[in-house]
Amino acid sequence: MSAPLVYRYDIDGENFTSAGEASVKVKKSLRQLGLSQDIIRRVSIAMYEGEINMVIHANGGCATVSVYPEKIEIVLDDKGPGIPNIDLAMQEGFSTAPERIRSLGFGAGMGLPNMKANTDEMKIETTVGVGTKITMTVNVNR
Amino acid sequence: MKIREIAALAKAQVYCCEEFLDGEVHSACGSDMMSDVLAFVKDQGLLITGLVNPQVVRTAEMMDMRAILFVRGKKPTPEILALAKQCEIVIMASELRMFEACGTIYESGLKGGVLQ
Repeated sequence: MSAPLVYRYDIDGENFTSAGEASVKVKKSLRQLGLSQDIIRRVSIAMYEGEINMVIHANGGCATVSVYPEKIEIVLDDKGPGIPNIDLAMQEGFSTAPERIRSLGFGAGMGLPNMKANTDEMKIETTVGVGTKITMTVNVNR
Repeated sequence: MKIREIAALAKAQVYCCEEFLDGEVHSACGSDMMSDVLAFVKDQGLLITGLVNPQVVRTAEMMDMRAILFVRGKKPTPEILALAKQCEIVIMASELRMFEACGTIYESGLKGGVLQ
């Protein structure tokens, strides 16, 4: 496996307005690399949903996107409250987002299921009171 | 359908990226919930919404949409316009309500398209 191209971003948890900035940058970078539109969109959606989640629930965190010839790996790491029940969090429509976030158009309980739907693999490592690490992989079929 | 025709149908004011008004879109999505746009939209080029915040533009950018039509008399903020210019997304605003805007545009030939 050759060395990946790595992009790292700090996600600002204080400001919902700026949420998604990293995803827009990743999308531009992937376009420059000449990846297919389908792959770019799947990575962008998964990362954007994750970024929004980190801002809503975890006061920000860190996103790392590694581009390998055969796959793109997205790692979202936060020091938020953790997810007490992953099965429940994965259910479409389940959300703990506050009303304020719903009024901004998010918090429909579609984030985690949509991240899973747009990626080939998704692993959630979480400890309540410590944080959450989500690793997602999108395979590249060249 | 050309974005220019959509603006005319919705009697909308165009706020930015006029140079892309001759771009074609083949389907549209109407929603105030960006979570649903991200989860259910596939190839819709136009987003019709009454929600006004920068995340609307980022959502449209993620979904490769080419134009946003704000309804119910909502006006885009300078922040929204700056972001839309960066992303080359046409921003329009209409006094029509969501139902009327969708109905008028649908009746004129633009459909809902494929869902994910």
